[in-house]
Amino acid sequence: MQDLSFITDWIHNTLLSFLPGWATVTVECLFIGVGLLLVYALLALFYIYYERKVCAAFQCRLGPNRVGPWGLLQSFADMFKMLIKELIDLKHIDRFLFALAPYLVIIASMMAFAVLPWGNGLQIVDFNIGIFFLIAVSSIGVLGILLAGWSSNNKFTLIGSLRSGAQMVSYEISIGLTVVTMVCLSGTMSVGGIVAEQSDLWFIFKGHVPALIAFVIYMIAGTAETNRGPFDLPEAESELTAGYHTEYSGMHFGFFYLAEYLNLFIVSGVASLLFLGGWMPLHIPGWEAFNNIMNYIPSVVWFIGKAIFLSFIIIWFKWTFPRLRIDQLLALEWKYLMPISLVNLVLMVLIITFGWHF
Amino acid sequence: MATITEKIGKLFPQATVATVDGVPQVSIDDKDWHALAEALRHDADLDMDFLVTIVGMDWTETLGCIYYLESTKNHLLCSVKVTTTDRENPMLHSVADIWHVAEIYEREVYDFFGIIFIGNPDMRRLFLSIDWKGYPLRKDYDEDPALNPISIESERQSDTTDTYVELPDGKIEKKTVEIFGKDDFVVNIGPQHPATHGVLRFRTAVDGETIKKIDVYMGYIHRGVEKLCEKLNYPQTLHYFDRLDYFSGHNYHHCVCNLIERAAGIEISRRAKVIRVMMDELGRIASHCLFMGTFCMDLGATTMLFYTLRVREQILDIMDKTCGARMSFNYECIGGLMADIAPDFREDVKALLAILPANLKEYDKIFTGNVIAKNRMEGVGYISKEDAVAYGVTGPSGRASGWACDVRKTHPYSIYPELDFEQVTATEGDSMARFKVRMREIEESAKILAQLVDNIPEGEYCVKVPKVLKLPVGSWFEMVEGCRGTFAVYLESDGSTKPYRLKIVPPCLPLAAAVDYMTSGQKIADLITIGGSLDYIVPDMDR
Repeated sequence: MQDLSFITDWIHNTLLSFLPGWATVTVECLFIGVGLLLVYALLALFYIYYERKVCAAFQCRLGPNRVGPWGLLQSFADMFKMLIKELIDLKHIDRFLFALAPYLVIIASMMAFAVLPWGNGLQIVDFNIGIFFLIAVSSIGVLGILLAGWSSNNKFTLIGSLRSGAQMVSYEISIGLTVVTMVCLSGTMSVGGIVAEQSDLWFIFKGHVPALIAFVIYMIAGTAETNRGPFDLPEAESELTAGYHTEYSGMHFGFFYLAEYLNLFIVSGVASLLFLGGWMPLHIPGWEAFNNIMNYIPSVVWFIGKAIFLSFIIIWFKWTFPRLRIDQLLALEWKYLMPISLVNLVLMVLIITFGWHF
Repeated sequence: MATITEKIGKLFPQATVATVDGVPQVSIDDKDWHALAEALRHDADLDMDFLVTIVGMDWTETLGCIYYLESTKNHLLCSVKVTTTDRENPMLHSVADIWHVAEIYEREVYDFFGIIFIGNPDMRRLFLSIDWKGYPLRKDYDEDPALNPISIESERQSDTTDTYVELPDGKIEKKTVEIFGKDDFVVNIGPQHPATHGVLRFRTAVDGETIKKIDVYMGYIHRGVEKLCEKLNYPQTLHYFDRLDYFSGHNYHHCVCNLIERAAGIEISRRAKVIRVMMDELGRIASHCLFMGTFCMDLGATTMLFYTLRVREQILDIMDKTCGARMSFNYECIGGLMADIAPDFREDVKALLAILPANLKEYDKIFTGNVIAKNRMEGVGYISKEDAVAYGVTGPSGRASGWACDVRKTHPYSIYPELDFEQVTATEGDSMARFKVRMREIEESAKILAQLVDNIPEGEYCVKVPKVLKLPVGSWFEMVEGCRGTFAVYLESDGSTKPYRLKIVPPCLPLAAAVDYMTSGQKIADLITIGGSLDYIVPDMDR
């Protein structure tokens, strides 16, 4: 498996050769910041295009096909439109919180990017509580949504944001429990460690039934966490016009829009980290030749490929199912998903204790 | 019919009974009207439980109302005429306590004629703005635009309503009632809202996610069609009937044409009759397809819209070829049809019938069987058969509650008696039942089309009709089954070329008026489900 850390090491050493230590770190942080923003923007554009095409396929349509070849430039055109749109100044709003909310949402999703296992040696920070950090920062997003709904001084946004608050706080329990289940199996909270543990077999195969159950629960809770259909109640367009971001315009709206797509990527990315081995290629014990061939596919491709595949499933949900009602949504979490994840956690611990996993 | 005449003659000797257009018409004084209404409603033989409509009338010396009643048991019609000579301060007794739907119908009469109904809990303007001057359907209405200028101010809201109560000593007292409580959290769902299917406004008082009360605010697309019709000659009035419920254009035209042809004594060819029925049923399939698509979209299942629109497009193409339009067809005319069917009409209909069963199966699989859809629809917006009748919820929505109210069966018109089709009913009375009834109605319509497609007789598509059409003095009442329920037209002629009064009875007005009752205590999301499953069309209720 090609370790890409030689690139990062080379940059680090080159900078150190003519800069003092503190300046090196500063320059590297800047590079990473710019790189991250670039990846962020490109991924968002890709996802917008991707969802449109996938959705069009479900609906017997073609999707974007006019701007650029196969409509590839459509999302770029949309981005520029969004950038040059006016930020409408509203009366009777809490200006500071209103302006702060979209940044909170976008910062939450950007910080989660820092610990994703992009490739072999291509992780921004790898510390021993990586997955814990990820859960923590992704919860900041709900604060942004609540603020957006509250500060807009609008009844639709208020109902939308309260729905969103209830929904995200509830579903984080399931997410947390499934993550703990998988952490039990891996024995580490470090993202790099979790990936390394899956070098022989991915957790979804290794962990037996509890891993499969955890995967299903994670995908459901993750969809709810991203506020996507069939859990898109916070912005249920047929009930609350646009939910918590009804009053936002221009790029402020754009931030919410981007964050939604990037959260989709993060949820899929974390799912691939926990269940499908992160950047780890598909290895099957005993099949050495097969494993070697798999190793030739770059680790970055593995990670992004898995994430996009899992996103496809989530998009598939959205364009197939009708929306749940708020009480049904909360009942699903508190009456079904949470008890099942708790039992599942015990099951996983038993399996590990008795060594029944592969 | 004899029983009605006899019975009323016995109970109310002061009332006079005549037969107008085959329907017994009782004329009675206002002071006895409420007692008569009670008798008509509760008498075991008469059992007039369905108030079809209230026609407000201005006969220049007198103002009054004609109430059309129907018994849901034997489908006998009966009408009651109540008049008042007081033009300054006309008052009649309300029957809203006997038939729920009277509440909204009386508001409509008040809006157009200024007749106050004693005992109606909500005497506000219905369609016109609250500071409108004059009552437009009165014959002495002043149309000077200076009186009612177009306002550039925001429209004033009515947060209170008036109600007139009769005190024991016979005096009438006016009371002002607040619509919402002081602490109610009122959300405006509409007028510009994706789920109201038009420009309709629900002022919704919510407690968290639970709905406490809904005040339906309509009139945003009120065009005064009834008033406009009084200035047009008969063939001209037809054009408005495509623009009420724009998905039932054929059915509505059919109704008015039948009515005018009956009044003028015109007999149309069988070819025209068959084509009219075929167009009605094609329109019904298209309308129900669109209902399924938009209803699923309201519930968040956007993809379904594209699947149902695919079928609807095929129907619109058939219409386009024959009528030259995809909407506002203006195809049926007095005496028959505007034009003959397109040469490949038969092949197109057959192609449609061939693809329908597979598509319906697919809809069932993708949506009706879905567990989320079931949870969202089953038990939501329940309305019992009795309530459906009392609120005048007709059409597929009423049939879902077990009320067999299909006019094609209860008051057969055109060639429907010869056709073999079922009246689709269900007993659940919830949103799921309303959805399923419509799905099955598509099958029944397809059955009708299959019977007719190879049996379109030769003949002329339009018979000769006098260039200037005058109707004799009299009044007529005609009902058809629109795509959303019972559609009726009341016409009164003074012998000229223009209608003296043309009253449209839209099925969607009672549907919208029943929303408050059906949503009370449910969630906000259920309002969307219920509204969607009732499938009202706003231009139809606003006219």
